[in-house]
Amino acid sequence: MLDRAQVQKVAHLARLQLTPDEEATFTTQLSSILDYFELLSELDVTDVKPTTRAIEVSNVVRVDRQHPFPREDILDGAPDREGEFFRVPKIVTGD
Amino acid sequence: MASIRELHQQLIHKERSAVEITQEALDRIQTIEPKIHSFLHLTSDRALEQAQQVDAKIAAGDEIGLLAGIPIGIKDNLCTQGIPTTCASRILQNFVPPYESTVTQKLADAGSVMVGKTNMDEFAMGGSTETSAYQLTANPWDASRVPGGSSGGSAAAVAANECVVSLGSDTGGSIRQPASFCGIVGMKPTYGLVSRYGLVAFASSLDQIGPFGRSVEDTAILLNAIAGYDPKDATSLKVDVPDYTQFLTPDIKGKKVGVIRETFGDGLDPEVEKTIRAAIAQLKDLGAEIQEISCPRFRYGIAAYYIIAPSEASANLARYDGVRYGARAEDAENLMDMYLRTRSEGFGAEVKRRIMIGTYVLSAGYYDAYYLQAQKVRTLIKQDFEQAFSQVDVLVSPTAPTTAFKMGEKTADPLSMYLTDLMTIPVNLAGLPGMSVPCGFDAQGMPIGLQIVGNVLREDQIFQVASAYERSTEWHKHSPKL
Repeated sequence: MLDRAQVQKVAHLARLQLTPDEEATFTTQLSSILDYFELLSELDVTDVKPTTRAIEVSNVVRVDRQHPFPREDILDGAPDREGEFFRVPKIVTGD
Repeated sequence: MASIRELHQQLIHKERSAVEITQEALDRIQTIEPKIHSFLHLTSDRALEQAQQVDAKIAAGDEIGLLAGIPIGIKDNLCTQGIPTTCASRILQNFVPPYESTVTQKLADAGSVMVGKTNMDEFAMGGSTETSAYQLTANPWDASRVPGGSSGGSAAAVAANECVVSLGSDTGGSIRQPASFCGIVGMKPTYGLVSRYGLVAFASSLDQIGPFGRSVEDTAILLNAIAGYDPKDATSLKVDVPDYTQFLTPDIKGKKVGVIRETFGDGLDPEVEKTIRAAIAQLKDLGAEIQEISCPRFRYGIAAYYIIAPSEASANLARYDGVRYGARAEDAENLMDMYLRTRSEGFGAEVKRRIMIGTYVLSAGYYDAYYLQAQKVRTLIKQDFEQAFSQVDVLVSPTAPTTAFKMGEKTADPLSMYLTDLMTIPVNLAGLPGMSVPCGFDAQGMPIGLQIVGNVLREDQIFQVASAYERSTEWHKHSPKL
């Protein structure tokens, strides 16, 4: 079970700001989803190795060479820019 | 309704030009779109230019490939240079990729004609295309029903004959389930067979791009064009890719087909069950050896998936911060405020829900109980499949427990939507190839799909069984009245 304070904490970790309505809905919905996950505890997984990827591929290497992307093409997509930089609101606040 | 091969014959015999074929598709889209809403953006001008290039080649006496001049739809989570790619999300509303995905590049090189970008569940999270931030896509067989998802636009466009074939992506069933709901063929290849470079990431260990077509052959031709090693995708498999059309044979005598017992349990619609049983009987008549196979850990797939996929998604979607591309909230006081507001305004409810699940299960103190447990269960599910494939060549099951449901029916209860992926999810967890093939209709006239699953890189086996089945039935010849 999740409570509202936990939902607020997780939202902040995920950089989401929830409305009070969303908070209430998510508290109920996430709780029922987490309850459903309890199903997995039926299985004995002692000595079972975790699978991180479906099909193991190892030692994938490539030549360490730069492939520079046209700078303007990237900067063109920015919501805000100044010259060759991405522009963002101020980072340090007064308090 | 013309197939790729028929259109190709028309082109090389100069009965029709590529421009005429493209114009016909664009006209059809103009007529159909107000009812179906498969596309988020149309690329009509570019399509006609591409078609002209094909016609110029034909006029010059150059040989053209099977896909040259063929109208195709592309799911909107595949990056297309200079053409908006939104993932049906507000946060990518104005995103125009500065680069091209490997698959769309391959298709352009093959001369195929992209007519537009198709609607989808936001960031491919959903099973009905209802989480799109922009529009609802209707099922061409009944406009009050969903087309399935997340690749609902790609499936509906092909079913409605707005394009000949299309590309989708499948993380937990997002190609096979909409193919089933829309009465067409859809395939998720083996993980790593098709490059994911330029596919906007949702759950990287599960995502795979695949083809939709109105026939098994069209699907095989499209897979031929997109499969193969790509150094730009570190999970891409270095394997030789066969010509999949060589496996389209009518003979499956002695083919060992396993029926997954656990997919015939509670929640399976009786009409779907009856139809699937009839399809299995048909395979038997064709000479296949049918046996029941148990995958006892199959039923834990959904729980494992809804831990693993949201975990990967919460990390993958952390990049949408309003700094480098996409939408940004206006007039933020400071950087943190900008992040919070950009993400809260930019993501829809389902995406937020999955980011929250992923963030929670990965957070301190819960990692072992959820994420690690789920990855261990993933191993057990893989072992069930390994055991099964030591006995049979392919596995079959229903693709989905029901036919297409009504719009709005499951939106209020996310868990009920998640449970519709019951049959398809374990296949992604194990990285296996799977296909949905039309195998009948329910009493309401809604299509039903048979799922055929193969062992790792055994797409050949799937194509053999699907092709033999298709040749012995008429289901793929039905089309919705629009």
